[in-house]
Amino acid sequence: MYNLVQRFTDDRRAAWVAFAAVGILLAVLPFLAEAGLGRSWVRILDFALLYILLALGLNIVVGYAGLLDLGYIGFYAIGAYVYALLSSPHFGLHLPLWVVLPLGAVIAAFFGALLGAPTLRLRGDYLAIVTLGFGEIIRIFLNNLDTPVNITNGPQGINMIDPITVAGIQLSQTHTVAGIQLSSTYSYYYLFLVLTLLLIFISIRLQDSRIGRAWVAIREDEVAAAAMGINTRNVKLLAFAMGAAFAGLSGGLFAGFQGFVSPESFNLMESIMVLCMIVLGGMGNIAGVILGALILTILPEALRYLGPLQELLFGRVLADPTDLRMLIFGIALVLIMLYRPAGLLPSRRRARELQPEGDAVQQEQESLHDARR
Amino acid sequence: MTTLLQTRQLAVSYGGIKAVKGIDLEVKQGELVCLIGANGAGKSTTLNALCGALPLTSGEILYQGVSTAAMPSHQLVRKGMALVPEGRGIFGRLSVEENLLMGAYIRKDHSVIKQDMLHIYELFPRLLERRSQKAGTLSGGEQQMLALGRAMMSRPQLLLLDEPSMGLAPLMVQKIFQTIRQIAAEGVTLLLVEQNARLALEVSQRGYVMENGLITLADSAANLLHNPQVQQAYLGQ
Repeated sequence: MYNLVQRFTDDRRAAWVAFAAVGILLAVLPFLAEAGLGRSWVRILDFALLYILLALGLNIVVGYAGLLDLGYIGFYAIGAYVYALLSSPHFGLHLPLWVVLPLGAVIAAFFGALLGAPTLRLRGDYLAIVTLGFGEIIRIFLNNLDTPVNITNGPQGINMIDPITVAGIQLSQTHTVAGIQLSSTYSYYYLFLVLTLLLIFISIRLQDSRIGRAWVAIREDEVAAAAMGINTRNVKLLAFAMGAAFAGLSGGLFAGFQGFVSPESFNLMESIMVLCMIVLGGMGNIAGVILGALILTILPEALRYLGPLQELLFGRVLADPTDLRMLIFGIALVLIMLYRPAGLLPSRRRARELQPEGDAVQQEQESLHDARR
Repeated sequence: MTTLLQTRQLAVSYGGIKAVKGIDLEVKQGELVCLIGANGAGKSTTLNALCGALPLTSGEILYQGVSTAAMPSHQLVRKGMALVPEGRGIFGRLSVEENLLMGAYIRKDHSVIKQDMLHIYELFPRLLERRSQKAGTLSGGEQQMLALGRAMMSRPQLLLLDEPSMGLAPLMVQKIFQTIRQIAAEGVTLLLVEQNARLALEVSQRGYVMENGLITLADSAANLLHNPQVQQAYLGQ
């Protein structure tokens, strides 16, 4: 008993130390990135955080509830345009952040449920096709809603969007805190970090909740899930809506951060990219999803150095780095799927599936022995 | 005894095919009733219609004296009807304990849920040993135990069992039927659909024989066991 208590307190202390270390690392990460790799990497970190937010949202829909959604970026677009329309000179509206961000999430959630409702009976490939169409519909709407009444400004997109202002601090300006100059990318980094931590917390709580189990149950066996008293329709719609809300929120952040949105940014490739992040990292596992999002945002950027590298080695550029980037990127994806089919960090629930078959036989023997008694 | 479940001229079809062609069933409070018949007689279809998973073509189902026409499955569960589906329908990715918790999905009385779970573990000590293991890695017999235990977790008044003996070793079948008896002794009303007619009739009080979507015989289980027709067609004598 004493040992148990001892171990518990030790573990707790270890956990706190680890927690503090991660906290400090996250706090100084942009400084390290700038010092080690250059200024542009702070901006890349900001985008990585936005993609983590997106991937966490899609993980609810695909990873938890098992609903393959290929139009996910549509909700990101909705969040971004809600912010852009309500907080830019386009309509002359400049609503505050705490109105437009939640509103973007809510409107995206509404559209999530709207997409979910007619597709409740669809599964797998069929669902994927409908959601893919939905994502494209959103993009095409945004592209064409400049006539007869100019709502979205069409393919030109919306410019001069208000930068994010938190508690009177405009994040687009350089601030000096305790003698350290923080440029705008730093401020955005800290804001995105706080929101990412918040959504990670929500994701963890969801996973171990009654509703989280209900999502897994539905994906396993819908008839049995209904026989448990789960209202399968509402629970599925909730997954769509929650995932979309995460996307709507990150869309709003994206609009404020970039200062510019256009339909271009929300094409099918983006949806596929976010899906790749969660498949690669390990669907249903939060740490895996984060890792996947980080790798897939950072890897393409890192591969930009292929041009200078070639010059260094061969004196000239042999292959166009952009072509090479996609090639290496593709090969990396194929390799990961070959050798880690459940993702880099598979979820606990998925990993359990990889138990050897022999165990079941052994168990059956034992159970038969029980039955005989 | 009051009637818990009753059907009146219940008919179900898949597209143009009539699987159940108008049957009258009755299950009274506290009874253990079985529905036996060959493959394709319409037994499972009947059961699925009873629990709201299939729409009726005609006729009606009365549960606790009320028509279930407007009630989807998940609402019937709240009214005390639980189903152990054919092929068990356990959630393979969830652990044994999480599966049991899913059974208690509709309940909010957390402290009592804990007690009930202990009770299930008493009934099936094997499940206690495997409680943190993924349910998909259990053997067939253990999965059936889990499916039964999970259904019990909703504290049902009426438990519908679809082919609990399917695909199990004979000894395991004995064990499962022993538990079914125990559950019945605890006051749960049971409707048992089985192909293994002898076992089903041995545990039941009454039985219905189904053939080609119609009920051909309805009698006490003891009488059915001695009925020459039943003996010839289903008991292999």
